[in-house]
Amino acid sequence: MKLLVVDDSNVIRNKIARTLQLENVEVIGTARNGREAVGLFAKHRPELVTMDITMPEMDGTQCIREILKLRSDTLILVVSALSDKATAIAALKNGAHGFLSKPFEDRELNESVAELIRGARRA
Amino acid sequence: MLDERELRVFIEGAERYFATATKVPAATEAPFLANPRDAPAMDMTGVIGISGTRKGLVYVTAPRVLLNNVLLAIGENDLSNDMHMDLVGEIANTISGNAREHFGADFMISVPVVVQGTLDCVRLPSHLRSFVIPLTWHKQRAAIVVCLE
Repeated sequence: MKLLVVDDSNVIRNKIARTLQLENVEVIGTARNGREAVGLFAKHRPELVTMDITMPEMDGTQCIREILKLRSDTLILVVSALSDKATAIAALKNGAHGFLSKPFEDRELNESVAELIRGARRA
Repeated sequence: MLDERELRVFIEGAERYFATATKVPAATEAPFLANPRDAPAMDMTGVIGISGTRKGLVYVTAPRVLLNNVLLAIGENDLSNDMHMDLVGEIANTISGNAREHFGADFMISVPVVVQGTLDCVRLPSHLRSFVIPLTWHKQRAAIVVCLE
C-alpha cells in the first residue's frame, strides 16, 4: 500500500517515514502543508495518509476533505499535537479513520497504521 | 491569569515530550516569574501564539547542543541549522497542543515561529505574569516560558 506523510515539521515527516516498518506499506512521498499534499495525492493516489492538523497554507481538516473528494476510500490517520478529545472526534467526523497524538513512540505509530489497515479489511 | 494547576499542564507536557520522543526523561525545576524585559533566550526559540478563550504565548528556548542531541536521540541524521529550527518549533507546538487536553478546544495555537538568538521580535506583555519553567535534558538546560491571560 502506498502512504503519503503530511506534516509541516521536517523532523516529524522524517520520523514517520523512517519509523514505519510494515510489510506492504511504502512511503511514496511527504508534504509540508495541505496544499502540497493534495498535489502529491492527485499524482500518486495513495491508499494511506498520515495527516497533521495545524499547518500553514491549508490545514489538515481542509486537506482531509480535499483528499476524500479525490478518493473516498483513502485511509487517513491524523497525527497531531492537538490531543484533546474534541479534536480527535472532529477529525473522525471529518473522515479520518484514526487519531494518534504527538509525541508518539515508534511502536504506537506502527500499531496505529496497522490497525487502520486491519479495520479497512474487516469493513 | 495562569494558576499553579495550569502551569503544571506545561510542566507535564514538557516531561512527556522528552520521555516519549527521546526515551530520556527531562528534569523540570520549580517555575519562577520572568522579567518581561529580560526573558530567557538561548540559541533557538520556538514561539506559539495562543488565541481563543486564553490569549498569550508559549515558547521553548534551547541551546543548539540540546537540539542536536534530541535529533540524534530520535534517529535523525540531518543535523543542519534548519532541522534545529524545525525541532524547537515542533517541541513548542507539541507542548502547546497537548495543553488542549486541559484548556479545551478553544485554546487555539498558531503554527510555530522560530527565532534565532535574542528575542527582539517577541515581547512578553508587561500586564501579564510570565512564568519560566527551567528544564535539564542530557545535562543541557532549556526553558519553557508561558504567558497567558
